[in-house]
Amino acid sequence: MATLNIEIDGRAIQVESGDTIMDAANQAGITIPHFCYHKKLSIAANCRMCLVQVEKAPKPLPACATPVTDGMKVQTRSDYAVNAQKAVMEFLLINHPLDCPICDQGGECMLQDMAVGYGASSSRYQEEKRVVSEKNLGPLISTDMTRCIHCSRCVRFGQEIAGVMELGMAGRGEHTEVMPFLAHQVASELSGNIIDLCPVGALTSKPFRYSARAWELGRRFSISPHDSLGSNLTVHVKDNKVMRVLPRENEDVNECWLADRDRFSYEGLNTAERLTQPMIKQGGQWVEATWQAALEFVADKLKTIPAEQIGALSTPYRPAEELFLLQKLMRGMGSGNVDHRLRQSDFTLDTKAHGGFWLGMPVTYMSRLNRMLVVGSNLRKDHPLMAHRIRESVRWYGQLNLINAHEDEFLGKVHAKRIVAPSQLATALAGVCVALAEMKNLPVPDIAAHGIADDTARKMAESLSGGGPGATGGEARAVFLGNMAQHHPCYSRIHALAQAVAKLAGASFGVLGEAANSVGAVAVGAIPVCGPLGQPAVKGLNAQQMLAQPLRAYLMLGVEAELDTHDPVTAMKSINAAEFVVVMSPYKGKSLDYADVLLPIAPWTETSGTFVNTEGRVQSFNAVVKPLGETRPAWKVLRVLGNLLGLAGFDHNDSKDVLRDALGDTPIGNVQAYLNNEISGVTAVPEQAWSGLERVAEVPIYQTDAVVRRSPSLQLTLDAALPVARMHSRLIARLGLQENGRVSVRQTASALTLKVQRDDLLPDNCVRIPSGHPLTAGLGPMFGPITAEPV
Amino acid sequence: MSLLAPSVKVCSWTRELDNPAALATYVAHGGYQALRRIISENVPGDDIIAQLKLSALRGRGGAGFPTGLKWSFMPRAFPGDKYIVCNSDEGEPGTFKDRDIMRYNPHQLIEGMAIAGYVLGAKVGYNYIHGEIFDVYESFERALAEARAAGYLGDKLFGTDFSFQLHAHHGYGAYICGEETALLESLEGKKGQPRFKPPFPASFGLYGKPTTINNTETLASVPWIMQHGGQAFLELGKPNNGGSKLFSVSGHVNKPGNYEVPLGTPFSELLAMAGGVRNGHKLKAVIPGGSSAPVLPGHVMMDCTMDFDCVAKAGSMLGSGAVIVMDETVCMVRALERLSYFYHEESCGQCTPCREGTGWMYRMIHRIEHGQGRPDDLELLNSVAGKIGGYTICALGDAAAMPVQSFLKHFGDEFAYHVEHKRCMV
Amino acid sequence: MLSSESLALIDLEIAKYPAEQKQSAVMGALRIAQTEKGWLKSEVIEFVAAYLDMPAIAAYEVATFYNMYDTQSVGRNKITLCTNLPCALMGANEIAEHLKKKLGIGFGETTADGRYTLKEGECMGACGDAPMCLHNNHCMHTRLTPEKIDELLERLK
Repeated sequence: MATLNIEIDGRAIQVESGDTIMDAANQAGITIPHFCYHKKLSIAANCRMCLVQVEKAPKPLPACATPVTDGMKVQTRSDYAVNAQKAVMEFLLINHPLDCPICDQGGECMLQDMAVGYGASSSRYQEEKRVVSEKNLGPLISTDMTRCIHCSRCVRFGQEIAGVMELGMAGRGEHTEVMPFLAHQVASELSGNIIDLCPVGALTSKPFRYSARAWELGRRFSISPHDSLGSNLTVHVKDNKVMRVLPRENEDVNECWLADRDRFSYEGLNTAERLTQPMIKQGGQWVEATWQAALEFVADKLKTIPAEQIGALSTPYRPAEELFLLQKLMRGMGSGNVDHRLRQSDFTLDTKAHGGFWLGMPVTYMSRLNRMLVVGSNLRKDHPLMAHRIRESVRWYGQLNLINAHEDEFLGKVHAKRIVAPSQLATALAGVCVALAEMKNLPVPDIAAHGIADDTARKMAESLSGGGPGATGGEARAVFLGNMAQHHPCYSRIHALAQAVAKLAGASFGVLGEAANSVGAVAVGAIPVCGPLGQPAVKGLNAQQMLAQPLRAYLMLGVEAELDTHDPVTAMKSINAAEFVVVMSPYKGKSLDYADVLLPIAPWTETSGTFVNTEGRVQSFNAVVKPLGETRPAWKVLRVLGNLLGLAGFDHNDSKDVLRDALGDTPIGNVQAYLNNEISGVTAVPEQAWSGLERVAEVPIYQTDAVVRRSPSLQLTLDAALPVARMHSRLIARLGLQENGRVSVRQTASALTLKVQRDDLLPDNCVRIPSGHPLTAGLGPMFGPITAEPV
Repeated sequence: MSLLAPSVKVCSWTRELDNPAALATYVAHGGYQALRRIISENVPGDDIIAQLKLSALRGRGGAGFPTGLKWSFMPRAFPGDKYIVCNSDEGEPGTFKDRDIMRYNPHQLIEGMAIAGYVLGAKVGYNYIHGEIFDVYESFERALAEARAAGYLGDKLFGTDFSFQLHAHHGYGAYICGEETALLESLEGKKGQPRFKPPFPASFGLYGKPTTINNTETLASVPWIMQHGGQAFLELGKPNNGGSKLFSVSGHVNKPGNYEVPLGTPFSELLAMAGGVRNGHKLKAVIPGGSSAPVLPGHVMMDCTMDFDCVAKAGSMLGSGAVIVMDETVCMVRALERLSYFYHEESCGQCTPCREGTGWMYRMIHRIEHGQGRPDDLELLNSVAGKIGGYTICALGDAAAMPVQSFLKHFGDEFAYHVEHKRCMV
Repeated sequence: MLSSESLALIDLEIAKYPAEQKQSAVMGALRIAQTEKGWLKSEVIEFVAAYLDMPAIAAYEVATFYNMYDTQSVGRNKITLCTNLPCALMGANEIAEHLKKKLGIGFGETTADGRYTLKEGECMGACGDAPMCLHNNHCMHTRLTPEKIDELLERLK
């Protein structure tokens, strides 16, 4: 890149060739008014607000679209430039309703702000103004399309970032209207970003609508507690209540985006279902108690039960400090019965791993990968913004290969794919392994001995090894395992095979973390095989073992066992059979039925804490509001419980103390050093094949955790539709079912009647039914045999 | 008439023949000889471009850009796909010459495009035809089929390695697609919204590939120039304004139609060819280059010759050579109202000044025409027009502003009368 | 959704463009679909979009941008009259009045019997033959006079 010397407003600036005047001005801290320009979107140059004077140019030029040339002299504030900018502002305002007093955007509106600088005090436009009909974009986005200034940012966002063009600009000229196709809602899991992108009040947040003014809100930094990206948040609060959540820009994590789950889940914080007072069940009745009484009651009871008969369960959605103290409490009592991996079913790797599993690379690398293989992942819904980064890679001519049990639209080009029944996932991966070994003239790794390389496997192998047309050999390659792979009953073999594939291909190997703190939970030792950072510690039962047979007591931190577990039927059987169940949760929920003590603990907005994202980034946050009612941060609750149990080392002053206790004085470095996807000693076992039907289950995007489950607006989206049984049309016919008719499905417990939905992208021996949903919780495990018959 | 004998009828020589559009007619009169010679003899592209430069052929679509220079911008050695596109989206009010070329002499256009494909290294070409003349689109498809069958289009032409495919694409009612980058967007199956330039089509055109876009008449002139040389073409017209040009004469004349005359022909002669002003009325005003060109009073035009330079000097543009003649019965307010409505209706809606400003201007002129003008309207109208021109991605902003500014400049009295008396003075 | 004849015609359009540029055929495909169906119902647009592997909203953008596509129902005979300046100079407004009176409808309206729709058009690029109209988009009638209009309407009855 050549360096060019230019001058803007009399200031000499050095810029790279290829930069635009807008880039150069931004570098120099010179503000040029604009609307359609956005650094993450393609250049439209349609609003014309950024017109500037360029020496020797016959007319003003748009700064956003004009490349700099050496010696260029630009004036952004000359009369010539300002006249052009003012002219554009006048045109923008003639048909704008100027209804700022009733507009939600008021106070944070680009048009309002710029009208102050470039607008006239009164309008010369005396003709009739345009009125545009509202559009229904669904439960998350509210429209006032008369305010639209046609900048097309929302349309470009769909095409370029969300990967799906849901909005368009129909019509022509002054009659152009931003709209979805007919009555279609905007269904992208990234849709809320168009609210931020809209420079005016045409697209605003529906849940937030009319609830507060921008200037009344306090702005607090936080970290999203949902997916494993750890999106940075600015939480807006008023009167000790979270009013809305916006992205906080962090180029290395979420850029300037936010998935809808991160943006709208806050609604689940303010529900009537919140538990606000400790409660003890006495004689079958719930009685409110003081914290003192409740914790003493818990401690006294726990003292009477042998530690190995107590199971501590949590989820990877809780902060690291809490998970650390939970395991410390258990190990202090003499048991290693602690786990957070409630949806996992194969724990073989607990003795084969050499560290915590992680992404294997910084998140930013995902935007510039050339060759990828993603195994067992519902990418878009499980990791919305990482899927966006992979789409970016694909747009830059990257090749994405998929092995999965179902096929949801990735919204980008897929190079090769293999959709197989869950039981055949490892075999499919072994095929790629064999193809790679053949291609490279290397011995087939033992783990893949049973694999067969077919054309698809070879296509993937060629892609992964960096071959094929246009290849340079220097391609960045990666193999990733998704949530489904990690929940799989043969996870250890899938992991071993993926590792073998990555080694053969010279690719990096990563595990896409299931949740916000999947990496952190392991790092702080909330697993039964070791303590924090892999230190030796009392060993105990894993989640599956704890729930397979009833223990006498369960200590549950933020768990909704009927929804959060791999096999809710078995889990609930054990929990119901226990003599003492303590539930620490922000919500009452179903635990009213099975708990003996309910302790109100803070959701992430009401406590300080730390999440470690999937790349090992340690991100701490503070409470943004005071705890609701008698709610307390869980780390404090566990500390007091530790004290009451007479355990040593429960004397932390604040959550920073806890984090230091867990991860040492340099938590970031210590976590990084601990991360390792390498495993050894997994042996090949022939895959179990059965002739019957298999269940394919994913956790729906808005059922992942207790908070999103309670966000009313997210629950109204198409992604939160009632579960159906999806099947291939061949299967529907074979079973004598009707498309859109009803089917009775059964796994290990009672039968359930669901609507039949045709999905010809599924293997024809699979029935796809989501898990983690109240309606399907009674079916059984996420994988395994299932029967289906007409009702 | 023949393509072999140099005449001023560069594009319209077939008009008087029987079956003018037939391949046989064209071939019998020397058609496709230039193409055959160029391809068979492997004439260097640079030589052809040199002839075009010598001919002083300037773009016939409205902008008048030198064609030889345009072709020289094309990265001819670029290894990937390249395209030649013909702009037959003739929708500028007053213009109807390309329609007649395609109706009466389609093969000269096809030959011109094939030569362009050869010179520019394009293996595929598209002719984008105005949607409203759908019968012409269909007849052009038939001409293409004839040319393919006879081996003038297709693979390995005349036994050489040169292949050229040509397809017709129709518009469907959008004036803006006459703008070359809007046309490319439309050809890609999108809304016809102009692209910001740079990059120019020569580097980033159709499907992002190097592309040259020329007007129908421009491309149809190429075989003539190849046949007779650039010098002969130049001598038809005048320096810097080479060749003949088709002028579409419409409005208040006795014989509206296309007249191909050398550039530099006096307007009075052209008017006489078109039978003079209808019914002996007095000439009031002329728009000399399509509706976007500034209007000129009749007496100014009578002193003008029809070439790019003279018309520009008189304060307008030769544009596409569409001459709209208005006699003394015309209310200039009403005439401008209709033109303003057109630009308002046809604005693509992309750029703020044009999207918003064209509606503003139309509504004001509509009010004035309907007796609701206000004293400060004319000043405001001029001011608004001045804030559109030059501020938009494409020239449609200027095209919408220029009529308003020129009508007010030359016929301001009529507008003032309308405002003051709430009625027309004509 | 569309007849095999229409699909064959659409395939011919698709064949004009590079294989990965099917969307280029959308203008031809929508025109062919409209010719078969009379006007472009949303289902038809959706079908064409799916046929060309493009987003439905992108096809809808095209259908609403170019004014010869009808996204609202029209009569059996759509008459689009150019009233732009060159046509107006040659009597297009008088023709318009004649048509409106004769059909009892204004521009943008359809007769109660569904037989005629009248539309105001923009420049058709044939101003030397002004005034003119299009019948059902593809058939141009030029140098119109009230008598010619009467004849035309009689023929279309």
